[in-house]
Amino acid sequence: MAKLQAGDQIPELRVTPDKYLTLRYAGASGDFNPIHIDEEFARSVGLPGRILHGLWTMAQVARAQTEAAGGPERLKRLSVQFRGMGLPEQEVVVTGTVAEVEDARAVIDTVAVQAGNQIIRNAQAEVEL
Amino acid sequence: MPVNTKAIGKSYDPVVYAVGREKIREYARAVGETSPLCLDVEAARAAGYADVVAPPMFAVVYSAPAVGPLIFDPEIELNFAMMVHGGQEFVWETPVVAGDEITTTASVKDISERDGRGFYVFESVSDNQRGERVCTATWTNIVRGV
Repeated sequence: MAKLQAGDQIPELRVTPDKYLTLRYAGASGDFNPIHIDEEFARSVGLPGRILHGLWTMAQVARAQTEAAGGPERLKRLSVQFRGMGLPEQEVVVTGTVAEVEDARAVIDTVAVQAGNQIIRNAQAEVEL
Repeated sequence: MPVNTKAIGKSYDPVVYAVGREKIREYARAVGETSPLCLDVEAARAAGYADVVAPPMFAVVYSAPAVGPLIFDPEIELNFAMMVHGGQEFVWETPVVAGDEITTTASVKDISERDGRGFYVFESVSDNQRGERVCTATWTNIVRGV
């Protein structure tokens, strides 16, 4: 049972997506948009290269919450805004602060940052304690 | 050119997704999930679940077949080439386990325009084979230069 109180930071989650992560995530999720898996195509539409799936990054934000709360079934709500783009082979860091705790539920304000950019911002999670 | 709002409120046929044990494990590995509940059948059963538990963001997998087609519905007139995924919300209720059959119904919640950008908000609701709500999702797509 996790003990979270208002003002607490949740444990930071750090993960570096490897070169082929977007291919595995495409297969696992069914999202084969070529901007995520085809370097040449991504560059042809003005991107720096293949970009991470926003929903993979959101899954890292989710995992930071479930690891803090004590299990995957404890996450009850997660809302995020995607900004900019995430890239493979660069570390993603998820941080969060408990905004309030009420009736064994914690509300956590959280973000995902890569190379100084908030690629997920204004995110809010609700977990069952 | 203003956005076309006539599709607001449109609802689509439900789509059924059968949740497989190895699909949950494949997804869990792709997102770095390490909870034994998601990977180990015995651990899941010991915790009272019928089979391995889907990580919460697995909602993407079972709801995408219902939501994906909206992007290409000619009635919505969404310019896919200029679209970015702007925001996302999931609300989870009953956990999903391998063996579940999840029925998802998608609808157009809102279409609006601000500062030359179109906001296309889709909603999906997913229920399991017992009629229990497992997830409600709000998908916000932004189209530049409408």
